[in-house]
Amino acid sequence: MTPWVLIGIGVLIAGFALRFNPLLVVMAAALATGIAAHMSLVETLEAFGKAFNTSRYVTIIYIVLPVIGILERHGLQERARHLIGRMRGATVGRLLIGYLLFRQFTAALGLTSIAGPAQSVRPLVAPMAEAAADAQAPDRDREDETVPAMAAATDNVGLFFGEDIFIAIGSILLMKGALESYGIVLEPFQLSVWAIPTAVAAFVIHGVRLMLLDRKLGRRQ
Amino acid sequence: MIGLGFLYTVAGLTFLVFAVLSAIDAAHPKRFGNAGFYALIALSFLAGDWLGDRGNGALVLALVAIAGFGLVGRGGAATTSQEERKAEAARRRDRLFLPALIIPAAALTGTFAFKQFPALVDPKQATLVSLAFGVIIALAVCYAWLRPKPATPFREGRRLMDGVGWALVLPQMLASLGAVFAAAHVGDVVGALAGSAIPQGSVIGAVLAYGLGMALFTMVMGNAFAAFPVMAAAIGVPLLIRQYGGDPAVIAAVGMLAGFCGTLMTPMAANFNLVPAALLELKDRNAVVKAQIATALPLLAFNIAMLYWFGFR
Repeated sequence: MTPWVLIGIGVLIAGFALRFNPLLVVMAAALATGIAAHMSLVETLEAFGKAFNTSRYVTIIYIVLPVIGILERHGLQERARHLIGRMRGATVGRLLIGYLLFRQFTAALGLTSIAGPAQSVRPLVAPMAEAAADAQAPDRDREDETVPAMAAATDNVGLFFGEDIFIAIGSILLMKGALESYGIVLEPFQLSVWAIPTAVAAFVIHGVRLMLLDRKLGRRQ
Repeated sequence: MIGLGFLYTVAGLTFLVFAVLSAIDAAHPKRFGNAGFYALIALSFLAGDWLGDRGNGALVLALVAIAGFGLVGRGGAATTSQEERKAEAARRRDRLFLPALIIPAAALTGTFAFKQFPALVDPKQATLVSLAFGVIIALAVCYAWLRPKPATPFREGRRLMDGVGWALVLPQMLASLGAVFAAAHVGDVVGALAGSAIPQGSVIGAVLAYGLGMALFTMVMGNAFAAFPVMAAAIGVPLLIRQYGGDPAVIAAVGMLAGFCGTLMTPMAANFNLVPAALLELKDRNAVVKAQIATALPLLAFNIAMLYWFGFR
């Protein structure tokens, strides 16, 4: 065990800070770590290639893009904006708080892939939030990316702090397995119940931030 | 049995069509770079299990080379104008939402329905398989209703994919870097460092090192799953549980959630933080991370307080 293996983390931080292409940076970090750990280049590349192949499932989600693309071509985003325009009480804060609740609740039931950046944020939630912001502050700065960024952030907060309440989610099973290797046996339910207080806290903290965003944007005109 | 194999085939074919459409798009300034990039991803999905570790490593090197030389990018693919879209949205009304809602509805029903047929659909992949069926049904509805030319949905999909660009493989790249870190025992070194930073006999010091260590190491790895075994081995089990008698359920569950707070604050969690910014066409690549920090920090403090108060009742 040599502390030199931490060099990969240094390469990563330096590479990102100097704005090299992130794929190059990650590859360089992997090779540097491998050299520090006395692995041969081929060995490092094989370990990398093997993990790349087993993690392909994170890239499957892009199969939704043809459906989203054809619907956007025929006006899906515009209709989403129109829908929010018609709803008199709709503000960015209320819309995103509702979405946060929906995302936490469905994730807690294990339904983590029914929404997400490609499936719901880009075609529906982000344009709706923009439309609500336009109604609240018609002369706001169009270059300001706070509202769409908050829509994506809300999706993540809802997912992360909902999914751990579900007993069969990966992280619960990982914890159960890791503790078992130390002779500590727990039921998934004992772990998932402790995700509830943090889920409530996440809802309150993020909800308050969304209400503050509403206050900043003002009432609907 | 329908499972990952089916999903990889669907994804592989989708990327293959993206590759062909890029190659024949004469107006695209980076047509061949994009075509090669998508073709390699298609190859990975369709034949990754036959390439072997070395073959997959070579495939990754080729992807990195294409992206590193700046050969991947957006093109000016023709689509409808905003006025046309507005007019069509007014004509088609709320029915436009239906195909988009088919996908989550199918994922929802399929998840529960397929659990009854474990011989037919791999229960572990029931949601993703149902999502893929939802996509196929929604696409069929779009063809029947909107009557596009056969290639149009894929041309529009490719346009959105171009917007994400090389970032689309960054999550897989970072997962692979995590595997190299694991092979090089980076976790052991980090764990030893975190362990040595704690003053003897201080419960609160150990709780702080564990909670902050989970968040920080997650930020480095981009993934709380990689950080948890390391911090559990270094601090969680030997100190918090064994020496100070903490409740293992709280130490584990809330520790993991402290790690999730770290996930919100790092560009290394590319699929959650960088890909959405690219999909939303934001100019600031880190806009989503920045929007999350003010939620993540107080929530991290909450989790550390939970560890201290409820872990040691």
